[in-house]
Amino acid sequence: MSGTAAILSIEGLSVRLPAGADRSHALKDVSLSVAADEILCIVGESGSGKSMLANAIMRLLPNEVTIDGGRMIFEASDLGAASEAEMRKHRGADIAMIFQEPMTALNPLRTIGDQIAEVFSVHTDLSRAEITGRVLALLADVRIPDPNAAAKAYPHELSGGQRQRAVIAMALALDPKLLIADEPTTALDVTTQAQILKLIRELQQRRRTAVLFITHDFGVVAEIADRVVVMQQGRIVEQGPAAEVLDHPQAPYTRQLIAAVPPLDAPPARKLSQDHILTISNVSKTYRTGGFLGRRARVTRAVNDVSLTLPRGATLGIVGESGSGKSTLARCLVRLIDPDQGSIMLLGKDFVTMPRGKLREETRHIQMVFQDPFASLNPRHKAVELVAQGPIIHGTPRARAIAEAKELFALVGLDPSAADRFPHEFSGGQRQRIGLARALALKPAVLVADEPVSALDVSVQAQVLELLADLRARLGLSIVFITHDLRVAAQICDLVAVMKDGVIVEQGLAGETFANPQHPYTRALLASVPGGAFARHHATEPA
Amino acid sequence: MAAIKRYFRSPAAVAGLILLAIVIAMAISASFLYPRDPLALAGRPLLWPLANPRFPLGTDNSGRDIAAQIFYGARISLLIGGVATAIAILIGILVGAVAGFYGGWIDNVLMRITEAFQTLPNFLLLLVLVAVFGSTLTTVTIAVGVVSWPAPARLTRAEFLSLRNREFVQAGRILGMRDLQLIFSEILPNALPPVIVYASVVMAVAILLESALAFLHLSDPNVASWGNLIGLGRDVLRVQWYVSAIPGIAILITVLAVSLVGQGLNDALNPRLKRR
Repeated sequence: MSGTAAILSIEGLSVRLPAGADRSHALKDVSLSVAADEILCIVGESGSGKSMLANAIMRLLPNEVTIDGGRMIFEASDLGAASEAEMRKHRGADIAMIFQEPMTALNPLRTIGDQIAEVFSVHTDLSRAEITGRVLALLADVRIPDPNAAAKAYPHELSGGQRQRAVIAMALALDPKLLIADEPTTALDVTTQAQILKLIRELQQRRRTAVLFITHDFGVVAEIADRVVVMQQGRIVEQGPAAEVLDHPQAPYTRQLIAAVPPLDAPPARKLSQDHILTISNVSKTYRTGGFLGRRARVTRAVNDVSLTLPRGATLGIVGESGSGKSTLARCLVRLIDPDQGSIMLLGKDFVTMPRGKLREETRHIQMVFQDPFASLNPRHKAVELVAQGPIIHGTPRARAIAEAKELFALVGLDPSAADRFPHEFSGGQRQRIGLARALALKPAVLVADEPVSALDVSVQAQVLELLADLRARLGLSIVFITHDLRVAAQICDLVAVMKDGVIVEQGLAGETFANPQHPYTRALLASVPGGAFARHHATEPA
Repeated sequence: MAAIKRYFRSPAAVAGLILLAIVIAMAISASFLYPRDPLALAGRPLLWPLANPRFPLGTDNSGRDIAAQIFYGARISLLIGGVATAIAILIGILVGAVAGFYGGWIDNVLMRITEAFQTLPNFLLLLVLVAVFGSTLTTVTIAVGVVSWPAPARLTRAEFLSLRNREFVQAGRILGMRDLQLIFSEILPNALPPVIVYASVVMAVAILLESALAFLHLSDPNVASWGNLIGLGRDVLRVQWYVSAIPGIAILITVLAVSLVGQGLNDALNPRLKRR
């Protein structure tokens, strides 16, 4: 902290939730201050109230949610007591906000330049030409390559990272004194995330804007924060300078959160079997779109000549960014997608050429765990039915399947007496355990896990990873683990394969690949892991 | 259940349910209150309502008791509304589910057929069917059902399109489920609520369609239906307007009741949409 005066100071802020919510207050007695010229990170898990805080400052709370105590002093006026007209003057001009998903923050029917220009035409009396000049300068400022082209582009024509840059440009248009960033990099790939974090840092230093940065990721905190506020259940549990909070956390909750961040170093290698349970050879999948009436056909090689082997009992990580083809590959393995060519040998049978009827039987040997714990369970079935479904289809009598499903509940760490509940009555982590139990019910030889922990909070993520490692040891499972998060891959995988644009660019033992990456892309990925240095050194501390 | 509680919290929905209950009670009690044939001659023709205490709603141009016909007509309207709706929803769900689930050329063929049905005016198609197959109660009911299926089919298809690529459907596929099981036990239960709500619209339209047929003297003349009574009253509309007006009000109330119940169901099943 540079000792400058606080630009925003919040004193004893409380925000009340409507009756029937899981707690009475979204925020309870929150006091903090943001100085001009600093980045304050608010970190917490889902439900901690961190986004609610941002919305409270902007006075953009949902209808039944009300501020019922405290003050928010912004430049000598209390935002909590400001009228709607006063707030409109503050929003955009004095306080700007950027969100997680840049696509939804932009109007899909208007060009980027048009949308940024609108900010000026609403708030200022600049002429058209001046506005155009300002727009181009802003786009150059956020380092969009070719600002002229970007100004004429529609949102869908830009990549995710460029869209987020455009949104940042829009937020900075009127030189706000405070920028609120609500998880602005969560929806982005790691390499893009690293660039956007660098951009925010750079802009903050150049323009001396105060930034309130909301995140769930301690890696991001280590990367960008001057000071940190840790929130839990609507209360502040700890705050202080970044280095102090990260290295010497005082509150038990902070310690627990930091311990749950997976370190980037792989644990010592396990001994791998010589016996290959799954052999993927030269698998390709190409998508063709368009090509109708003179429009040029677009050919996407989602998976391009991929060959991999999975030793019995090992875990093979497939890491890559969005669009790398890793999810397509996972879906090819379970034949949700039919590969164009190649072979996938499991237990001596080729899954690629297998006819549908035979596949329905053989599919029990290879099962999948999905990313989204909410979408992957049918809301109309009870948890126990979901788990028992597979064995029933494959001929187990219903009563026995149900009994076995209850045993599986205990195995994945769920209370068997909760088996008769519906999926919406479980938390995200518990749902992911149900999904795991469903996959395990068929006693598969290979488990394909597609980003199984990406949608979970870090403490829950750590528990689910622990469970997977435990099950692997107990049941001798062989796992194909798809992830975009190198830290997670380092924790659980014996082998990793790095994918980019449908091609495997590097593969090998996890420890060796992370310690000594060969391919430039792997190096770039590793360098982009937020808080890389922090992730490495905190791993060396005893947990 | 939470949905039932939410339903009873809305006064309009409760009013709709009460009105519907009254119409159903009328249909059930018709044979106790009026044991005689409602189409039999009962008294002097064209008696105004309340002119004779034996005929509280008066008599029509053939001297038949209007009150008795209203009570028996409730049966016909509910029967036609219920059965025709069931037919329309059943065809609609089958066509929509298959089209939405499989996609590709199957979807193309089924949707072109659906559009062909939709572009023809409903009533014209109904007239043709009745002209070809005759106008007994059974053919009229089936014909009304057959002209009403395209909208539910499109609705079901849209639901299936958004649900078929959900992860839980993929999970079912990986577990080794057959297509039929995926369609009927995995996707359909999730697709059903909006279709059920839409059924109330289909029912209201079915009742109106039958009345319109009867108004043109094209419905089954051998049953006491509200539409027949309106059609009969057409000849004396300028003087004895009550002959048409009374069954008209009965239709209005029934259709209103059905749509209020439908709206109530919609709000109860999709609580989030309502608050906005």
